[in-house]
Amino acid sequence: MTTTEVLNRTEASTDRRVPSARQGRDKRKPLRPSSIIAFVILAVLAILWLLPFAWAIVTSLKSEADAGATPVTWIPEGGFTLDAYTSVLSEGNIPQWAFNSVFTSIVITAVSVAISALAAYAFSRINFAGKKWLFYLTIASIIVPPQMLIVPLFYQMLAFDMVDTYAGIILPQLIHPAIVFILKQFFDQVPIELEEAARVDGASRMRVFLQIVMPLSRPILAAVSIFVFVGAWNNFLWPFIVTNDASLMTLPVGLQTVQSAFGVQYAQDMASAVLAALPLIIVFLFFQRQIIKGFATTGFGGQ
Amino acid sequence: MTTTPQLNRAQGIGPSALNRRDGRVPNQARRRDTLHGWAFAAPFVIAFLLFLVWPIIYGFYLSLTGQSITGANSELVGFENYGEAFRDGDVWRSLGNTLWFTVLSTVPLVLVALILALLVNLGLPGQWLWRLAFFAPFLLASTVVSLFWIWMYNPQLGLVNSILGGQTAWLTDSNTAMISVVITTVWWTVGFNFLLYLAALQNIPEQQYEAASLDGAGKWRQLFSITIPQLAPTTLVIVILQILASLKVFDQIYIMTGGGPGGATRPIVQYIYETGFTAYRLGYASAVAYVFFAIIVIASVAQMVITSRRGAK
Repeated sequence: MTTTEVLNRTEASTDRRVPSARQGRDKRKPLRPSSIIAFVILAVLAILWLLPFAWAIVTSLKSEADAGATPVTWIPEGGFTLDAYTSVLSEGNIPQWAFNSVFTSIVITAVSVAISALAAYAFSRINFAGKKWLFYLTIASIIVPPQMLIVPLFYQMLAFDMVDTYAGIILPQLIHPAIVFILKQFFDQVPIELEEAARVDGASRMRVFLQIVMPLSRPILAAVSIFVFVGAWNNFLWPFIVTNDASLMTLPVGLQTVQSAFGVQYAQDMASAVLAALPLIIVFLFFQRQIIKGFATTGFGGQ
Repeated sequence: MTTTPQLNRAQGIGPSALNRRDGRVPNQARRRDTLHGWAFAAPFVIAFLLFLVWPIIYGFYLSLTGQSITGANSELVGFENYGEAFRDGDVWRSLGNTLWFTVLSTVPLVLVALILALLVNLGLPGQWLWRLAFFAPFLLASTVVSLFWIWMYNPQLGLVNSILGGQTAWLTDSNTAMISVVITTVWWTVGFNFLLYLAALQNIPEQQYEAASLDGAGKWRQLFSITIPQLAPTTLVIVILQILASLKVFDQIYIMTGGGPGGATRPIVQYIYETGFTAYRLGYASAVAYVFFAIIVIASVAQMVITSRRGAK
């Protein structure tokens, strides 16, 4: 059974709208003391895990005076306020950085998944000269840590005149050899008969790829897209190196400058961090199931 | 896995069978397949050559020069940079920090993930909330995580000291800086391993537990004689992914401690960054990058050997 199927199964069983055998069994079972202990441990751990979020949100809703006041309190003396958010949004570059992050992440995801799928399809279905060594080279390159390439890549970007451009941020993030591998494995398991029939009917390879293979691959494409998108959205090192101009920075890079620039403005620091965290957390709240599935599938190499 | 037989099948009856029906000679068909194959792969291959293969080659070339960002002294110096790296105490120190971070972070990132997954897998009410709490931090950017925890660790105003009491300067005291960064990292990334464990747990056939309980095995007995052994392959995957990820640490350390105090937490990636982009010694930075690469390759090969040996059993 694949991870995807397994997750489908469990998530269905935990979904309130879908009554299942498992839930029915749980209801009949009287709550044993050991379950209560496990529940308490889990609850304590969950609270511990949510604490940094809660603390950041509470701080961001304080005035600067309250945020910097001792002793530390959860409820500020002067009451809660949105001042930190209004000043961060009106004075800072956060809207621009958010746009840069959304734009670069979407382009990186769309282009890299597209070129990976095309290459993976060639590796899976087309018997071309040089395929073997090209595939081995692709697999071998999974081992290369992007961090080691920052110096030559930066030099290359200088030569291409791409420092402080969107292209400079995007281009080096387009190659995901591991995604090519995962997609190839998926294509290998798709029955070939449908494609053969279409080819006999005279459909070109590209048409077969776009009209038969791509629709069949929607779940795996969604999984790898989520993986690539979150990676690009959160990437720090490369955008940090290739951008100096504040108007081109992505959210993670821009935020790092906020922290060093404002210094002691705790409420504003936290407001910026919360604003940057918000988009993905909201998306996660709505698409928890798909996102978890996507990560589990990609994490296990597509199995 | 079905990769190989499927491939053979695709090659056997796929294109060539069709071609014969077209009445073309196999040679022509092969040429056409080659054209199509490279055409499909072309966009990836071009990006791959430009932004992965070329920088690897160019980086190696740079590592053999005395190149600095001003362009001065770009002549070849042979392996002098590597000799210097070998004698450079800061290289050894940052390598040591990286390895220490890897050890300190991998152990809890595997164990805590396992415990969380086992607890959540009991099927207690609140599944949605547990997953949210433990996995959501993984979706945050390193900068956001660092900002959250710099604030948590603030000596006077942070939540950590206000709960524990005392005035520990977590991130600026060399005794606590590394462990503080590790705690942050566990909080941040344990969700991914948790997810992999959770998926694997749900993959264990229910019948095994039923058989064991018929044999009179209690819950704890079942945990150690069924669950943990059944999770072994997953544990191996997680440990491998985790070690490789931890060896590449940079973001949270750079943002939270700047590698300090006094280089006590500086990882090797940060040393590459500083040598290349603040000292502008591109040649030397490239050499250190290759030393780092060698370590990643050694770790990967060691793990491949271990995995294949396990697989052979």
